Amino acid sequence: MAERPGRRSPQAGEGGLEAVKTNSRIEKLLGQGVFVVTSECGPPRGADAEVVRKKGELLRGAVDGVNVTDNQTSVVRMSSLSACVILKGMGLEPILQMVCRDRNRIALQSDLLGAAALGINNVLCLSGDHQKFGDHPQAKNVYDIDSIQLIQTVCRMRDEGKFLGGEEIKGKPALYVGAAENPFADPFEIRAARLGKKMKAGCEFIQTQCIYNLDRFRRWMEMVCERGLHEKCAVLAGVTPFKTAGMANYMKKNVPGMDVPDEMIARMKGVPKEQQAEEGVKICVETIQQLREIPGVRGIHIMAIEWEAKVPEIVKAAGLYPRPETE
Amino acid sequence: MIVGNRKEFGEILEKLGSRRRVLVLGCNECVTVCGVGGEREVGVLASELRLFWQKEGETFEVKEHTLERQCDYEYIDSIRPFAGDYDVILSMACGAGVQYVAEAYKPQLVIPAVNTTFLGVTLEQGVWSERCQGCGNCILDMTGGICPIARCAKSLLNGPCGGSSGGKCEIDKDTDCAWQLIIDRLTESGQMERYEEIQPVRDWRSGRDGGPRRRVREDLKL
Amino acid sequence: MSYPSNVKVVKIPCTGRVDVLLILRAFESGVDGVYVAGCMEGECHFLRGNIRARRRVEYAKRLLDEVGLGGGRVEMFNMSASEGQRFAQCAQEMTERVRSLGPSPVRKGKGVLP
Repeated sequence: MAERPGRRSPQAGEGGLEAVKTNSRIEKLLGQGVFVVTSECGPPRGADAEVVRKKGELLRGAVDGVNVTDNQTSVVRMSSLSACVILKGMGLEPILQMVCRDRNRIALQSDLLGAAALGINNVLCLSGDHQKFGDHPQAKNVYDIDSIQLIQTVCRMRDEGKFLGGEEIKGKPALYVGAAENPFADPFEIRAARLGKKMKAGCEFIQTQCIYNLDRFRRWMEMVCERGLHEKCAVLAGVTPFKTAGMANYMKKNVPGMDVPDEMIARMKGVPKEQQAEEGVKICVETIQQLREIPGVRGIHIMAIEWEAKVPEIVKAAGLYPRPETE
Repeated sequence: MIVGNRKEFGEILEKLGSRRRVLVLGCNECVTVCGVGGEREVGVLASELRLFWQKEGETFEVKEHTLERQCDYEYIDSIRPFAGDYDVILSMACGAGVQYVAEAYKPQLVIPAVNTTFLGVTLEQGVWSERCQGCGNCILDMTGGICPIARCAKSLLNGPCGGSSGGKCEIDKDTDCAWQLIIDRLTESGQMERYEEIQPVRDWRSGRDGGPRRRVREDLKL
Repeated sequence: MSYPSNVKVVKIPCTGRVDVLLILRAFESGVDGVYVAGCMEGECHFLRGNIRARRRVEYAKRLLDEVGLGGGRVEMFNMSASEGQRFAQCAQEMTERVRSLGPSPVRKGKGVLP
């Protein structure tokens, strides 16, 4: 534990690794020391399953797992669980995102049982954006439990076979549990402590907010490794390709908790409009390559919202294709 | 104290309908301190009603009266000699007071002139801020004296969330992030080890979720 | 110095004494306009009385808009105690403004139940 953290996680069977608890492909691959690739899929604002299938098809073979968002930014969309089931039916590995904003502990535990019953192997526990940002700001918010308590709940159900109320579960849900963390949110000093809390609650992997400022991210990873958190909790570094210089600028100025260095904006502005998408992908691939070198980083999470078609290209250019087979 | 906002004049007129004999009833406690329903505000509302109806050429009678408070029966009862002379009692007390007056004078119509909002404190004269939601299980010692339930937009017990930016909450640039305040306070007072502890899921039964609440002290009953 | 005869002067030790209710009650009694003449800001003998008065006049304007009388019927002016000319000038200005707004639609005694 005391030696300097290595670049890759130890191979399965070496000291410090738990036995595999679920059927999760991500858990398996991380256990084997593979640098994991995940991506994201936002369900549609309607009941058309075909939209989900199309997005899934674009990502097939390029990633190890696909996050399905849960009414992201408080905008009503097809439920995360149902979209996960659609993707599962296509042979993909979905990651169920669950926010605490809309459902109380009764509904959350119920959905966790349902997810496991439907063969979903991964869950990502989040607080959820405040409803003021969405299309129903008039709604009552729930927040019965918070994201850290949700992580505890999943682990309790899976490992102890008990509901929050203490009653026994007949048919424990085997779910690999993750959370999100934003290394660039305030307050900076406690972000590693917060991750420590999530880990203490039982979190096994985390996905970060998209990274552009590599120096700042390196500092955060140092804090994380100092606490030894990287060993039991796999950090998947988030990346998002810029489509246009306008997008880069917007993210810098308007999105809280986003740190975009000026040099990147300059790079995007420095190429003609028709070439900006290409430049954005280039920056993304370079970022991935640098992230692979940072101690403690065990994978990447590519968020290319409404641009899923680019994901296979990014994965290939970063030298991460093809994805390994699992039995 | 309990804090509220006076309803818009237009809304009050609408609620009064065609009734023109109005008793404007104030309260000398919380709503006085936060400048929404005390003697002065009763005077202002009564004056506004008179000016409006005089302008419209209507006949009316508007009486002003302020009670010590509207949440104790003895004070409410004191207006019994003349309350019935009016078509409607326009109460400027908090929701508790309005209800108690309505109960004491039923079936006479009692209308609220105030929107009761929160339990709070005076930051400076003219500025009041929310502090408490009456959750029934106070954990302020755990959070350096700052309430995450009332002051965090998501009532997180293990905050902050990823939306905390520059010490402000994601919902509003003027709203402090309660968890930034808590962390600062715990740091200042050398209690940061409390932050490392995971707050377990909360039992919300002690709050509104458990149903309307009641408190009894047998030793105080007559 | 002379100023319009329709202006009735009410003397107070400091404009900080002016309460919103005083203004509203004046309109209830049937006046067409009210103006508050206070010292120059920064020169108040009681330090901030005239600043408080200005805030209250702003509030009174909103209330008068609410009841349909119009916030233009109340105003705050600042002047030095020795500026007789300015006093007359403000009286003139306010008189002209109120004349153009017309008489107050509120008339004393009308519509009040015995």
